[in-house]
Amino acid sequence: MAEKQPTPKEMLDRIDYQPPHVDWMETPLDIRKGMYCYAANPKSVATLGLPNARPWNPLDADWKLPENWQQIIHEGFKERLERFRSVKVFMDICVRCGACADKCHYFIGTGDPKNMPVLRAELLRSVYRNDFTRLGKLLGKANGARPLTLDVLKEWWYYLFQCSECRRCSLFCPYGIDTAEITIFGRELLNLVGLNIDWIATPVSNCYMNGNHLGIQPHAFKDMLDFFVDDIEEKTGVKVAPKYMKKGADILFITPSGDVFADPGTYTAMGYMMLFHYLEEKYGLDVTWSTYASEGGNFGFFTSHETMKRLNAKMYAEAKRLGVKWILGGECGHMWRVINQYMDTMNGPADFLDVPVNPITGTRFESARSTKMVHITEFTADLIRNGKLDLDPARNDHLKVTYHDSCNPSRGMGLFEEPRYVINNVCKHFYEMPANTIREQTFCCGSGAGLNAGENMELRLSGGLPRANAVKHVHEKYGVNMLACVCAIDRAALPTLMDYWVPEVQVTGVHELVANALNLPGQAERTTNLRGEDLEELKAQAEGETDEG
Amino acid sequence: MNRKYVTAFVAVFVLFLVAWAGVSIGLQWLFGVVIPYLAVLLFAVGFVRRVMGWSRSAVPFAIPTTGGQAKSLPWIAYSRLDNPSSKWEVVGRMAFEILTFRSLFRNTRTKMQAGSLFYQLEIFLWVGALAFHYAFLTVLLRHTRFFTEPVLWPIQILENIDSFFRVEILYPGIQFGLPAVYLSGLVLLAAVVYLALRRVLIPSVRYISIASDWFPLLLIFGIAFSGVLMRYVTKVDINAAKQLTMGLVTFRPTVPDGIGAVFYIHLFLVCVLLAYFPHSKLMHLAGVFLSPTRNLRADTRAYRHINPWNHPVHLHTYQEYEDEFREKMVEAGLPVDKPLDASAEANADKE
Ligand code: SF4
Ligand code: SF4
Repeated sequence: MAEKQPTPKEMLDRIDYQPPHVDWMETPLDIRKGMYCYAANPKSVATLGLPNARPWNPLDADWKLPENWQQIIHEGFKERLERFRSVKVFMDICVRCGACADKCHYFIGTGDPKNMPVLRAELLRSVYRNDFTRLGKLLGKANGARPLTLDVLKEWWYYLFQCSECRRCSLFCPYGIDTAEITIFGRELLNLVGLNIDWIATPVSNCYMNGNHLGIQPHAFKDMLDFFVDDIEEKTGVKVAPKYMKKGADILFITPSGDVFADPGTYTAMGYMMLFHYLEEKYGLDVTWSTYASEGGNFGFFTSHETMKRLNAKMYAEAKRLGVKWILGGECGHMWRVINQYMDTMNGPADFLDVPVNPITGTRFESARSTKMVHITEFTADLIRNGKLDLDPARNDHLKVTYHDSCNPSRGMGLFEEPRYVINNVCKHFYEMPANTIREQTFCCGSGAGLNAGENMELRLSGGLPRANAVKHVHEKYGVNMLACVCAIDRAALPTLMDYWVPEVQVTGVHELVANALNLPGQAERTTNLRGEDLEELKAQAEGETDEG
Repeated sequence: MNRKYVTAFVAVFVLFLVAWAGVSIGLQWLFGVVIPYLAVLLFAVGFVRRVMGWSRSAVPFAIPTTGGQAKSLPWIAYSRLDNPSSKWEVVGRMAFEILTFRSLFRNTRTKMQAGSLFYQLEIFLWVGALAFHYAFLTVLLRHTRFFTEPVLWPIQILENIDSFFRVEILYPGIQFGLPAVYLSGLVLLAAVVYLALRRVLIPSVRYISIASDWFPLLLIFGIAFSGVLMRYVTKVDINAAKQLTMGLVTFRPTVPDGIGAVFYIHLFLVCVLLAYFPHSKLMHLAGVFLSPTRNLRADTRAYRHINPWNHPVHLHTYQEYEDEFREKMVEAGLPVDKPLDASAEANADKE
């Protein structure tokens, strides 16, 4: 990072919820380092066949737009008004009551009024009024309309990449106006003239060509899982054997590649492998991984609906090729919004798959009967409920756990009880954060929707403030030392966030907790957890802390 | 001073003057008959066109905002109103949204104190908005007495309830004979004042407000105020007014004498509101019914939602992927569809 990071105190002191006295349309745009992501690498844009691949820099005056960019945006806007009723209705009906204004974590963390959801939407709505409504054309600025100039376009770009599409605003809006939907639409428009960010475009291009965002090639993917196999053996004495692209397996398992790549997600990945091994040994369950469909996440969702569809298509295509019965999905946030609300519509019907049935418990997952994809916490909760797992939660006794609801499974699906049920069965000490910060009102990690780059760290840390603040609260009140989540972006982003705001708290996936509690058949004595930390020491440490407190 | 509410205020004031001047120079027919017909026409056409415009747009994906537990495993209770999985649950969700402004009821206010964030319940907007809308609705329904003969009995009941609160000062001499006070009119005025005040006093709301937020508020204030004025102060000749309105609905328009200017001002402002309505944010009245984050079932994994324009896209197929990585895959012991030598031959053929 170029600039020096502000300290937490400086960051807090800077926040001021008083908007400036000048009208928002008159407030000039200031593209600040630390708040934006680098422009997309032209190679990635070209690989995907997206428009206007060229090097450009947001700090330059000239963004190297196509000659007729205004026309492209205008026509793209018009076309999408017909394609998306959501956009059209949301453009027309906002009453600017302000109920959504202080619900956005980016506004709460930065105090920048253009991060109020309503104003983020007004950035586009003002142009809509000018281009598509009679009164706007007639009255112009008096009616809140303005033409699309280069400065306006830059402002779109800057603030649409300061929205993590978390939908918290839509929960509070009396009409359900979803600024995430407007951001999705706006980013699609920006893409038409080649304004994407590299942290999205390059993973998308990687995923398209290599099967996952990180661009891990098939042999390397296997290498990484092999490495986990050794690690698991070292810690449990059991050698697990993940299967790859096995035709005729029962279940295809797909999870975000981030968990294969970086701690602490890797422990969650090991957790899946141990769970599948256990189920295979005990009950003969046949689960396969694929390197072609080795990405659960979908940064295409942050690019355009078409790009999302292109990446998502691999899931069904691979399930069909392998002839599995149904698909099991790992812990990921936006992946599950895509699966829940988009996949079947875009790439279904998946009539070549069966309605998912857990062969071990006999449970039919009726709620997934068309999409044919089950969430791993639904699957594990069902196993635990039916007494199919041999668990020793004492190995998690040193933990005081709280749970972060990821935005997408919360407000784009409604997955609340399953992960909590699982956690409560594998950990003894569980504490909820305050009600306004969890479940449907959960706060974003600050890094969602493709914003978890390094160069926009200040944005991420300020956007993550409401989440961190709630963790801090339960840390101080109950001594919480572990933040559990079901999202790979969380596992990548929250450790940084915790380091900054609440350094005493670590981050884990739910299936890491499961794996640490799970007794594998034929295991050696489990003296460490998956992280290789000595359990006796951890316990002694935890008891010491409790005694003090 | 804020330019935006000045603009809106001036606009409403000019409208007031226009009506006053018009009636003073004897344009009663214009303001009592022609403009009302025109306004109703503009309202109806504009309203229908706007709603049709929305309906014509596709709903490619089912994107309800889920505000509670989804229906999943049978032993987990799910949230019927916030994560509706059947049509009737959606009807329930919508009914609560429309009748009780349920989402607005969630409202909180974010406060930062000594580095800690607090989210306090913020109920005033919800109360103010409910008061405003129900008062508006009541006033609207009461007004049907001017368009029906005999007055419908539910309306009479409504009037009785609305006017249970009577102010009668019956000292001999100062027969301050206020007619029964309709609560709704006063609540409407008070609520409008509250909604306007929060646009001035809450900095973030002031910042986001534009002239078209001020205009309807001030216009409605003008309507309600002129209405109250007519009823309690200038005492418009109700019978004459009803002759005019009945004439309008029976398409036998007449303009009786001596109704008084305030009536025409009131009517003109209503006409402006009607004509303006379809082109404004007031269309949230209809839009809320069409909001895809609220009016769709959240059962998208159980039933496939159809996208009418599901565009075909380019895919990178498994075959292309394997062609690129076959050697590495075989070397790593990963299964492949085409063995190495066979595909080498196939490639040689192609070239
Ligand atoms: S809550 Fe809804 S209507 Fe109110 S300002 Fe926000 S988007 Fe507009
Ligand atoms: S979707 Fe989330 S990040 Fe985007 S404006 Fe709404 S609250 Fe803010």
